[in-house]
Amino acid sequence: MTAGQLIEVDGLEKVFSVRRKAGRLRRVRHEVRAVDGITFQVPRGEMVGYIGPNGAGKSTTIKMLTGILVPSGGRLRIAGIDPARERTRLARRIGVVFGQRTTLWWDLPLKDSYELVRRMYRVPDAVYRTNLDRCTELLDLGPLLDVPVRQLSLGQRMRGDIAAALLHDPEVLYLDEPTIGLDVVSKAKVRSFLREVNAERGTTVLLTTHDLTDIEQLCRRVMVIDHGRLVYDGSLDGLRAAGEGERTLVVDLERELPPIQDVPGARVVKVEGPRQWLAFPAAQSAAPLVTAVAERYPLVDLSLREPEIEGVIARLYRPSAALGSPPTLSADPP
Amino acid sequence: MWYTAVAAGSFRRYATYRIATAAGVFTNTVFGFVIAYTYLALWAERPHLGGYDRAQALTFVWTAQALLAASALLFGGGLDELQTRIRSGDIAVDLYRPADLQLWWLAADLGRAGFQLIGRGVAPMAVGALFFPLDLPADPATWLLFLLSVALGVVVSFALRYLVSLASFWLLDGAGLALIAGLACMFFSGMVLPLRAFPGSLGEVAQLLPWAAILQVPTDVLIGARSGASLLRGLAFQAAWGVALLALGRLVQAAATRKVVVQGG
Repeated sequence: MTAGQLIEVDGLEKVFSVRRKAGRLRRVRHEVRAVDGITFQVPRGEMVGYIGPNGAGKSTTIKMLTGILVPSGGRLRIAGIDPARERTRLARRIGVVFGQRTTLWWDLPLKDSYELVRRMYRVPDAVYRTNLDRCTELLDLGPLLDVPVRQLSLGQRMRGDIAAALLHDPEVLYLDEPTIGLDVVSKAKVRSFLREVNAERGTTVLLTTHDLTDIEQLCRRVMVIDHGRLVYDGSLDGLRAAGEGERTLVVDLERELPPIQDVPGARVVKVEGPRQWLAFPAAQSAAPLVTAVAERYPLVDLSLREPEIEGVIARLYRPSAALGSPPTLSADPP
Repeated sequence: MWYTAVAAGSFRRYATYRIATAAGVFTNTVFGFVIAYTYLALWAERPHLGGYDRAQALTFVWTAQALLAASALLFGGGLDELQTRIRSGDIAVDLYRPADLQLWWLAADLGRAGFQLIGRGVAPMAVGALFFPLDLPADPATWLLFLLSVALGVVVSFALRYLVSLASFWLLDGAGLALIAGLACMFFSGMVLPLRAFPGSLGEVAQLLPWAAILQVPTDVLIGARSGASLLRGLAFQAAWGVALLALGRLVQAAATRKVVVQGG
């Protein structure tokens, strides 16, 4: 694979076998494909948003990327390391932050947890000093260092957790919903810090979130996962366009013909023998399109498909769309 | 070894909760009195039961109370936290660290035991010695050997509790198993009655089980029921169980982390 790709994922799969009740004693085994053949690469220094509805497979992917879940199939390398086989070696080179869990010692002052990180990751003293000072400054941790973690607010604890994940200079930082439950000010602080870290140290960041503002402010690239499949991988603008939605007209012609070209407002996205797929904006009526195709081509049958991928994104966009504004990404809740 | 930092942190964690510690000391002391009077009645009826005289029997009682928290004679001892972490999925955080799960928790447990030996052990023992004629050694070497034996007992106790906690990977709710394990430990460690006082072959078998390494052996060292070769045999017995159970724990841990889903999103 290409050099310079820090994260390489190729056909990654995770299948869970779940037993379900089917009658008084009988249990039926069935498979849940939590991650169903995902392929992507992330070059060094990139910040990528990884979004999708609950249960889409985001966390499962991250667990495989960090080596705590063993993939059912596919290939996976982080900085050349196979996570599942060398979890501990990989752990020294990555940082992980969960919005909903903490790595900090609940009963002890924040600085005790950092001291443990220093010893656990064998961070050289000078590096530790520099990193801690920088984090303390950018995340306003100064007054919190001597406070037991259980007394910190959620926003403070989150900042504390993010600092803990960065003291050992990780090459990759995984953030799983780092702004969940935070107020506007804390969110802004966390975001500007992440931007800074990425710019200053070139730390690669993979970020999952339900708050699209995180993505808007941090990531040029977005990946959308749904039902275990990668349904979008590209720029944020592209996601916006996709968010407006496209419908697909599937037409069966009498015989194989070159892609339909002279129908305004539609473009052919796929041709398979006599069958062709035409995408057109969701807001546009299908009737003129059907008429135009029927006039110029030997039409046998047709069907209309509502967007699938776009459905996901549309859901994610709904809060702002409902306000009648163009689909900018949702703002912070009041 | 940076794991000492885990142990030190764990020690400080437990040291934070002073009121809980005081409440624990109070409970241990009250129980000490109740059981001590029960033993007095029993030994009046059956002097030299299990080969112990009255003072040795009373010392047994107060040693058990002093070690109750440190050696986790009723289970718990912080590993219920591991069970909770497995069930809630917080265990994922532990697995992201460049650390061995078992060593991490062993270090944390030794730190906890260290604090609880001081915080919850010294006071009940002192009260016991004040109100009852205890048979405590004058020789500091015996005390050191006792502490060594206690430490080995804590390792055995940890290894057992670790195994029980790991079962949560499969059971999801390990509370029932923990309860059974707690009762087994209470009975077979000698906390209810010294194992040497158990009748016939039950006593002989009980003294070979791992729980004997947690309380029976250390207490025998303290009250002088084990010395010389018998003492060395006792320590070897503890070490052997410790190694075997830790090894078993590693096997189960490997199976658990390989196969089992980490709960929650």
